[in-house]
Amino acid sequence: MPRTLTIDGNEAVARMAYLGNEVIAIYPITPASSMGEWADEWASQGKVNLWGAVPRIIEMQSEGGAAGALHGALTSGALATSFTASQGLLLMIPNLYKIAGELTPFVLHVAARALATHALSIFGDQSDVMACRATGCALLAANSPQEAQDFAVIAQAATLAGRIPVIHFFDGFRTSHEVAKIFAVEEDTVRAMLDPGAIAAHRARALSPEHPVLRGTSQNPDVFFQSRERANPFYDAFPRIVQDAMERFGELTGRRYRLFDYAGAADAERVIVLMGSGAETAQETVDHLNARGEKVGVLKVRLYRPFAADALLAALPATVQAVAVLDRCKEPGADGEPLYKDVVTALAQAAADGARAMPKVVGGRYGLASKEFTPGMVKAVFDELSDTAPRRQFSVGIHDDLTHLSLPWDASFRTDASRQLQHAVFWGLGADGTVSANKNSIKILGEATDLQAQGYFVYDSKKSGAVTVSHLRFGPAPIRSAYLIESGMAGFVACHQPMFVDRYELLEHAAPDGVFLLNTAAPPEQAWATLPTSLRTQIVEKRLQLWAIDAYAIAAEAGMGRRINTIMQTCFFAIAGILPKDEAIVAIKHAVDKTYGRKSKRLVELNYRAIDMTLAALHRVAVPAGPVPADASVPSPAAPVPDFVRDLTLPMYHGHGDALPVSRLPADGTYPLGTAQYEKRNIALEIPVWEPDLCTQCGKCVFVCPHTAIRSRLFSADAAQDAPPTFKHVPAKSKDFPAGTHISYQVAPEDCTGCGDCVEACPIHDKSNVSRRAVNMAPVAPLRDDERDNFAFFLRLPEFDRSLIKHGTIPGSMLLDPLFEFSGACAGCGETPYIRLATQLFGDRMLVANATGCSSIYGGNLPSTPYTVNGAGRGPAWSNSLFEDNAEFGLGMRLAADHLMDYAKQLTKELATDVGGDLAEALVGADQREEAGIVDQRRRVEALLDRLSASTHPRAAELAAVAEWLVRRSVWIIGGDGWAYDIGYGGLDHVLALSYDVNILVLDTEVYSNTGGQTSKATPIGAVAKFSAGGKATAKKDLAKLASDYGHVYVATAAYGAKDVQTLRVFHEAESYPGPSLIVAYSPCIAHGYDMLYNQRQQDLAVKSGHWPLFRFDPRLAEAGANPFKLDSAAPSQPVKAFMESETRFAMLARSHPEAAQQFLERAQQEAERRFNAYRDMAQRPADEPKSGA
Amino acid sequence: MIDLSTDYLGLRLKNPLVPSASPLSRDLDTALRLEDAGAAALVMYSLFEEELLAEDAMLDRFLLHAELGHAEADSFLPSHGKFQNGLERYSSHLHQLKRRLEIPVVASLNGVSPTGWVELGRALELAGADALELNVYHVAADMQATGEAVDARYIELLTELRRVVSLPIVMKLSPFFSSLPHVVRQIEQAGAQGVALFNRFYQPDIDLDELCMTDRLHLSTAEEALLRIRWIAILHGRTRLTLAATGGVHSESEALKLLLAGADVVHLASCLLREGPDKLTEILAGMQNWMEEREYESVAQMRGSMSQQNLSDPSAAARASYRRVLDSYSPRPGVWS
Repeated sequence: MPRTLTIDGNEAVARMAYLGNEVIAIYPITPASSMGEWADEWASQGKVNLWGAVPRIIEMQSEGGAAGALHGALTSGALATSFTASQGLLLMIPNLYKIAGELTPFVLHVAARALATHALSIFGDQSDVMACRATGCALLAANSPQEAQDFAVIAQAATLAGRIPVIHFFDGFRTSHEVAKIFAVEEDTVRAMLDPGAIAAHRARALSPEHPVLRGTSQNPDVFFQSRERANPFYDAFPRIVQDAMERFGELTGRRYRLFDYAGAADAERVIVLMGSGAETAQETVDHLNARGEKVGVLKVRLYRPFAADALLAALPATVQAVAVLDRCKEPGADGEPLYKDVVTALAQAAADGARAMPKVVGGRYGLASKEFTPGMVKAVFDELSDTAPRRQFSVGIHDDLTHLSLPWDASFRTDASRQLQHAVFWGLGADGTVSANKNSIKILGEATDLQAQGYFVYDSKKSGAVTVSHLRFGPAPIRSAYLIESGMAGFVACHQPMFVDRYELLEHAAPDGVFLLNTAAPPEQAWATLPTSLRTQIVEKRLQLWAIDAYAIAAEAGMGRRINTIMQTCFFAIAGILPKDEAIVAIKHAVDKTYGRKSKRLVELNYRAIDMTLAALHRVAVPAGPVPADASVPSPAAPVPDFVRDLTLPMYHGHGDALPVSRLPADGTYPLGTAQYEKRNIALEIPVWEPDLCTQCGKCVFVCPHTAIRSRLFSADAAQDAPPTFKHVPAKSKDFPAGTHISYQVAPEDCTGCGDCVEACPIHDKSNVSRRAVNMAPVAPLRDDERDNFAFFLRLPEFDRSLIKHGTIPGSMLLDPLFEFSGACAGCGETPYIRLATQLFGDRMLVANATGCSSIYGGNLPSTPYTVNGAGRGPAWSNSLFEDNAEFGLGMRLAADHLMDYAKQLTKELATDVGGDLAEALVGADQREEAGIVDQRRRVEALLDRLSASTHPRAAELAAVAEWLVRRSVWIIGGDGWAYDIGYGGLDHVLALSYDVNILVLDTEVYSNTGGQTSKATPIGAVAKFSAGGKATAKKDLAKLASDYGHVYVATAAYGAKDVQTLRVFHEAESYPGPSLIVAYSPCIAHGYDMLYNQRQQDLAVKSGHWPLFRFDPRLAEAGANPFKLDSAAPSQPVKAFMESETRFAMLARSHPEAAQQFLERAQQEAERRFNAYRDMAQRPADEPKSGA
Repeated sequence: MIDLSTDYLGLRLKNPLVPSASPLSRDLDTALRLEDAGAAALVMYSLFEEELLAEDAMLDRFLLHAELGHAEADSFLPSHGKFQNGLERYSSHLHQLKRRLEIPVVASLNGVSPTGWVELGRALELAGADALELNVYHVAADMQATGEAVDARYIELLTELRRVVSLPIVMKLSPFFSSLPHVVRQIEQAGAQGVALFNRFYQPDIDLDELCMTDRLHLSTAEEALLRIRWIAILHGRTRLTLAATGGVHSESEALKLLLAGADVVHLASCLLREGPDKLTEILAGMQNWMEEREYESVAQMRGSMSQQNLSDPSAAARASYRRVLDSYSPRPGVWS
């Protein structure tokens, strides 16, 4: 028997790609990132490829860059590969045409993913691959982790033999992230598959000065066309070459594939044609239906390009009367998707030739962006084919109540194969280790037994308090179920978090007579009483065994803090009955050894202890006999919410998004603001409590809050007369406000994440007890109800007159209403305070272009939107275009705003008589740099509209339509360092080089945070990041300095945790500067490897050590004859070492590469000194002569 | 020629000067320079239990379990196959020191909890340490804990370690015991080979600007030698344990006084950190000069010559000197009148 591996699709592919390649150029993109990460990790460990060499792994600045590097490596004789998906694949297309046009052997491994259209989606479908149909690359589809591994090798063998580059793809997440037990392809097999002669031929074609040739000519009408046709024989031959490689692979491994694999009845009447993971589900369903006498089949398309029609026809039984071709993509406006049309063409041509009768052929779409595709849906397609007049075009998996294309399906349909499996579902928090424990369990069962195993993990759209649901299957036969565990199927359901019992339908998956494991602090005899009625009812009705464990208590007692993964895993093995208990415990301990053994014996011992304690503390809970009494408590009426929130936001939030019909959704991806406030996620264990007696009303707590969950507001004391009894407010200390003005600092108890940053920021200590501050964390439970009422009251208080507030001070600016709240960012996020600050200062006039990345995910990931509106309904208008084009996207917003303002001014002048000369003049000449000017202009626009409504001027309506553009818009271009330093740098640089008034905010986490910590050019020297496993060898790019070299760009660095006043000043200066402004904002991130509670402390250390000097470069000063460069931080007072030692990203290098760490440390110190000295010199430089006219 | 040699934990040393646990041993070159300067043995920097615990916590939280439940990222830092933990780094450095130095190398363990020592002790023995210094850095702050319980903590740790390692063990003690001689006797009975008197608790300070506790390192002063002189004088001749004096040795004067009081070896740290390896040579030469002037033949001859053995009742003597000192103190003119 061949060796088995229990790994996910990405790792399976990466293993093969690594063995057979020499240059691997990559760029991170979900869901393909981990393939490159594996390769990088293996290279850093010195693992060699087939030829005994360590492949060169290079991370580029974009997928376009990676493709260019690959093209160069390939044309110069190396074997090269890459991994990508979605937008990344699109960026590679120009090079794919080149690589294919030059007949270059190459395999690109793609975890197929949706393309951004009305919205971005990270999830799986085949839209990206379908966009490459015309590149000249072959398209080879794998349907499972096993096939993804196998096809990685077959693709490489075929491309070497046939010179057609291959895009080898498999469904993103469903295959790339599914953990499965597969038969390993060993090194010898890969070696036997790759023809040394073909490799030598590839090398012989390489560009070489020893025998030089020229490639990449520019051709004219005379020969270009013929040249394109010249390659036809290669495409004609390629299907046979792929089939030969498949056969060779079959001889070596026993796993036999064909270009089109048919499964089902030999005399099938109805057949589904598709490619990708859905084909596995289809086969499972076909087997089930044929066992019941139906005559159905599935044709799995392996090689989609070049399209071998004869092979397809040969594989399709002659008995077929109806065919449904399913595409996992959408081509709007076409009369069918690509695979459908290719199949129709093949069949029609065969029919025209008289080779076979033309069956009925219909086309359907399914599974876009990882939409579920279940056996019930497969059956629905077969049922449709049974109809005498099946729909020619349909969709399946959604409810289309608009164009009525969707097929209804039986959600209760289950296959025989599925019923023979053991299913387990686990509900956990993202940070509690549930997913990693389950991956571990699958490995244990995969390796310790003959069982087949499958794991798939459903993640949250939030980064804080995220919920994960793990779906595990085990069984003796191969598992083809490429869909989530269905309701009523799970013999084992575990809830790892006590608070979930009220929030989720935990037992929907539970099968009758199954087991329900609950982590609860309640003792076993009281656990039943803590459950809500709905859960109790299901336990009784489904006759579930209820087991309870107090995992957090055991974790604490065993010295594991709040890490419960090993404990819950032990419970699973102890009661799920998949392995004999003793054997299972031995296996878990073995797994613990593997995880920790080489790194810490102490952690091994702690885990062992926890395992043993768990077994003693796991109890079965007696379930009372008889029916569950109805819930006597009357649910409190839900607070009224807008219709959109009721109909769309909340169903999505509660996990019912799949059931939303087509008509309910916006047609163009446009969503209202301010919906995050309705989620009320209640994830904090502790919340801040304000102590008015100590508070100096400095506003720092509000300034640092990453989730806008602590706020301050001014109001007249009279307004608080009806306040709830526990609402705290005191007279405002500032003399700027009228007598009787009160202030309140109020927490949003259900939106706070409990990060504690506000407490850390509080500068006040109780004189008798230094530990007590003006804001302190306290357990949320006794506070929640009162504070909920208090916060609701706080929000109802009238907005204080902004013109009376000093926007330039921290206490003042923090009294301004934030228009960004309750985002899904990580607890303690270092980016969000900057965004919130911008919305406080300028939110009512902001247009935001947001690069793809963390800030677009917490800023715009459904179900809700954190950007919100003020009392007048104004707020930041936000959009995300792409990752790479954000500066240009924002510039376009500026161009539109400027043009439409000019146009409106022009019309205003033209209509001056109707409008009124004074008003027209004021409208056209308004000074709107400051907020007061904008407020005045808005009043004028109202007056204008009023007068226009009475005007009979033929262009009055035209002016009315653009009148709002007379109000200045503040354009903000926001993104992370991955965008600004790398993929979008060209565009950013171009926008900086122009003179348009845009404000660019770079949230610099010094790493690609959103995709999991890959190196960017902002990564500092000596930092460990993915693709810099041995520490980044070069210093970070000084983006701010580069921008300041232009001379006309306002540039500043900021770190609010070090100097909040400077940050505030920078935002004001940047926004008021009437040209391009760039703020490079230091943003602590969980990727840095420390507790985000210390976010501000680390910012301070970054500045004090010279890692992050603060400066401002204001061209206005130069025009006024002053030195534009102002250094805002003092000479370093701490060694860089103090900063680096306190963050895991640096500290871990001292553990893995101590000598390199020491060298980097010295260079980092030199770099910090060099930079500071250079800045100091610039700050001390005498001012240039003032420019004329200044 | 004066015989400077001395016995330390059963090891024969060429002289009594031994650099104590300090950052000086972190660098191989520095260690070699100390050897060249005349150091008779070297106590390595301490392997801190807290450091290992913090490292475990970092490993666990930020490297092995950094997932937050978002589909795009299940980790943020690359996991390292060749991640070396603190013990491994310490052991490999010890191994390196042993390979290059001719003088004995003593490994130093500094910890607070009763778990984990066995593994550490074994690993250090395997790595080639000549002896183990066990520094139980325990601040007895629990109002429920009796003096006996505090003593027992030390003895239990020692017993546990003794069970698994055959190396000589020296316990570094603080001066804060109700009955130090009794503790020393228990330590001897539990199988140690020596005691080092005394470790210096790094005492937290208050930052008046930030109103927070700070833990800046304060190097020792020569004044601190007095406490050592007294207790070594009291213990000399009453225990078979090696007596190592540590803390406050800044010149040959303190070194000589400690030897006269009965120390077998004298540890140096602060003076070396401040003045470099030549200081050790200087102290050694100064000792030799003094001994030559007074015609001592050997360290053995002078060791303990001024200990309690030459006094009838050591505790009475100690008390008498206390009274004498207090009575003799007269304030500066102008302070009180």
